Amino acid sequence: MIFQTTPSQTVGPYFAIGLPWAEGPHAVEPGMPGAITITGSVYDGAGAPIPDHLIETWQADPDGRYADVHGYGGASRLEGFRGFARYGVEVGDGDYQIVTVKPGRVAEPGGRLQAPHIAVTLMARGMLNRVVTRIYFGDEEEANAEDPILALVPAERRGTLIATPEDGGYRFDIRLQGPGETVFFDV
Amino acid sequence: MSTEEKTEPIYAPVVDTPTNYVREPAGAHPPLDYPPYKSTALRHPTQPLVYLPQTITEVTGPALGETLAIAPGDADLTRQHDGEPIGERITVSGRLFDTEGKPLRDTLVEVWQANACGRYRHRWDNWPAPLDPNFSGAGRCLTDDEGRYQFTTIKPGPYPWGNHYNAWRPAHIHFSLMGRAFTQRLVTQMYFPGDPFFAYDPIFNSVRDDAARERMVSRFSIHGTQPDWAAAYEFDIYLRGPAATPFEEAH
Repeated sequence: MIFQTTPSQTVGPYFAIGLPWAEGPHAVEPGMPGAITITGSVYDGAGAPIPDHLIETWQADPDGRYADVHGYGGASRLEGFRGFARYGVEVGDGDYQIVTVKPGRVAEPGGRLQAPHIAVTLMARGMLNRVVTRIYFGDEEEANAEDPILALVPAERRGTLIATPEDGGYRFDIRLQGPGETVFFDV
Repeated sequence: MSTEEKTEPIYAPVVDTPTNYVREPAGAHPPLDYPPYKSTALRHPTQPLVYLPQTITEVTGPALGETLAIAPGDADLTRQHDGEPIGERITVSGRLFDTEGKPLRDTLVEVWQANACGRYRHRWDNWPAPLDPNFSGAGRCLTDDEGRYQFTTIKPGPYPWGNHYNAWRPAHIHFSLMGRAFTQRLVTQMYFPGDPFFAYDPIFNSVRDDAARERMVSRFSIHGTQPDWAAAYEFDIYLRGPAATPFEEAH
């Protein structure tokens, strides 16, 4: 490293004039076979839903391939798959909603298979830097049990990373602080 | 004819995805818990972060150029309406690098900002300064082969906020950088040199290291300034680069 990174600053309360776009919440074309919706709320340390947050997700397709800048690891062949979603809440109850497909399993650098997962960036007013977490799936018990990243998380906190199956998809709430605080990662 | 020939870029851009990105030193970014900025109190994790060895998910990232159908006009915030916005017309340009000094090409740069009076076109911003019917305050572009970006805009004004008595934000432009990998994602703010509000702003001062804070301040460029048209500010941005190749440890 020759240079130092530019420091982070908060996304602030007014990002909605610049960052969200109409199809932003769609990591796949809605209506694609296998499309699911992931919904959730983000709560602050007082248990109140945060009404002004920005969520971004990044993931592999069902074959474990990415719609990546370089096609690293073999580019996704799934038509209409972007793998990236951005949802900016600016009013209301703080619910976010993204449309995607469940990702496949990809290996970690040591070769062990990871469980299906989605990487998440969360930003908001009052947050001077992003936080990073992962969404795992509640109906993938076997894969989750052998996931090398989940294994690094204290057992009693793993549940905070598991999305609950519900009609049409999954629910994944994020708690920034306090009881049931979501696990955040240092990447 | 020869003037039409495309010259080779002077700097070799990043073309390969590294297998892993450098870990940043403590203090590279502001703390999530920073009491002078009051809204951090209930919005920071209290449990330690869990160290995540980077996997393919973290070292890849989306290509959004096509998805967003970015047009050259998206980078000119003064041409989005019938009339011209009020204020000091400026260009803001610079280059996006990784920490190895390699330019990051084809990556999304998004900006949003207040108008010349310090008012955002957002339903929650209701401080008594006028909106400008000719200014929306958002733009985007992709970096070129040398990592360059350029926006034409209006210099934003400072504005008051509710953090403490007589709190004002220094004039700033919000920058969002996708980089080329999930690990490189960065949102920051670009400031203007010599702003008198710097000393009193907890967001600017949440970056505790003097040199790091300076990296968020643009520089005025008389050379980039276009005569009879627009004053130029330059702002280079650095995102995390590849981690050094690990050496086999001698035993």
